[in-house]
Amino acid sequence: MLIKVPADIRPSEITDESVYWKRRELLKNLGLGALGLGLSGAADAQHGPELAGIKRPTPFDAAEDLTSYDDVTTYNNYYEFGTGKADPAENARAFKPRPWTLQISGEAEHTGSFDLDDFIAPHQLEERIYRMRCVEAWSMVVPWVGIPLAKLIEACKPNSNAKYVAFYGLHDRERMPGQRYAVLNWPYREGLRMDEAMNPLSMLVVGLYGRTLPNQNGAPLRLIVPWKYGFKGIKGIAGIGFSEHQPSTSWNMSAPSEYGFYANVNPLVDHPRWSQASERRLSGSAFGRLFAGRVDTLPFNGYADQVAHMYSDLDLVRNF
Amino acid sequence: MIRLSADTKRRLDRALPWFKVLLYPALLLPLAGWFWAAKHNALGADPIAFLTHASGSWALYCLLASLAMTPLRRLLNWTGPIRCRRLLGLFAFFYASLHLTIYLALDLSFAVAHLWEDIVKRPYVTVGFSAWLLMLPLAITSNRAMIKRLGRRWLLLHRSVYLVGALACLHYWWLVKADWRWPAFFAALYCALMLARLRRRTGLNGFRS
Repeated sequence: MLIKVPADIRPSEITDESVYWKRRELLKNLGLGALGLGLSGAADAQHGPELAGIKRPTPFDAAEDLTSYDDVTTYNNYYEFGTGKADPAENARAFKPRPWTLQISGEAEHTGSFDLDDFIAPHQLEERIYRMRCVEAWSMVVPWVGIPLAKLIEACKPNSNAKYVAFYGLHDRERMPGQRYAVLNWPYREGLRMDEAMNPLSMLVVGLYGRTLPNQNGAPLRLIVPWKYGFKGIKGIAGIGFSEHQPSTSWNMSAPSEYGFYANVNPLVDHPRWSQASERRLSGSAFGRLFAGRVDTLPFNGYADQVAHMYSDLDLVRNF
Repeated sequence: MIRLSADTKRRLDRALPWFKVLLYPALLLPLAGWFWAAKHNALGADPIAFLTHASGSWALYCLLASLAMTPLRRLLNWTGPIRCRRLLGLFAFFYASLHLTIYLALDLSFAVAHLWEDIVKRPYVTVGFSAWLLMLPLAITSNRAMIKRLGRRWLLLHRSVYLVGALACLHYWWLVKADWRWPAFFAALYCALMLARLRRRTGLNGFRS
């Protein structure tokens, strides 16, 4: 398969350490919950240990301004740790992501329980700077660290019945306090068609900004499929299954008319309640962001060259 | 009903002007906080979303507070709460206007066509915008001169605030993705405030001891 390389890579974008590690002097998040009253305690981003031997740059890097480490690690959706955007950073502090067992099940040769490190250690870690487009119409640019999902799938040796890959999040209401409330049908579930999973852009992520993945971003293992809406990127993956039939997925189960199985970023297909034609890009100075205006959302989040061929005979309006 | 002695009421009446003088800046405090936070880069990763949500929340708090004044007067059998009602209603309108302005000016960069498309196509924006539109005549006719001029019609006109409250709760309900706990709380509060009025009416007709 021919993988087209984006023509606009600027290596300076990914080597600038001062941009990487610049900490915001003040990180008090005014509360983002329903009360909007503010001062819900500072969600201070903790830097994880640095990861060694990362390959960078790769041909997949976006050349846009990065979202700061603090913003990536203090503002996200991870309902297992609360439904507010600042909740995960607050409530995942005590979470212990090691030891971690990965359950492999279904139509594959190598099934059973495995230690996560046994799966990750043999592979070269790569840094990929991807756009991350949330279904809520905001987006970030994040330097993820991980391995191509295809490497793990190959290691599992799926058989010819395996048409889909299903992912299951950890289901443990003691360790994930957000699961005490049935806001979603736990555990979190996601899935990809086999060709989507094998696409070189699909990535299993173990770090960001050159460091171990923080708990609030899905430690120790999360999925990133950059041409799909962010909710496809399941966090805290505890199980991977191979199946002949399309697996059920959490947000689709929750609101089937709003969140499809494919969930490809598509400016032409609006969310039933809001437009998907544009997005707020969360990078640059915080003050500047107030007046920056929206940017246009691109088909497949700007990765059409790499992924559009997989959907040539699919009606993307019906299969949203 | 809580029985306040005539003496207590007299003392409360004397304190009320001072309370109102403090209420005014107190209700401006959130706004001051947002300016402070914007200056110190403390509005979070998505400052526009933060300001939109925060201003909308305060519009709803003030609106529900204004709707609570009539039941509160009946509960205390003291007219003090009613004398705070206009201030709360005007602050509800102020924060709702700010909410709309932030959405149009910061989020949509004054793309009026986009706003119009949202109003026509997105039910939660339709009801939210309707609520603001219905508040507009209430704000305009909130001064003493208009109350005098409109007479009984003023009362009828200002009953539309009940509809504004319902639309505001619906607006919040419809924009939430999955966690309906807060919208449910505010909807329940709104219903309770409406029921408090119904019960009282029945009481006036002699069905209540």
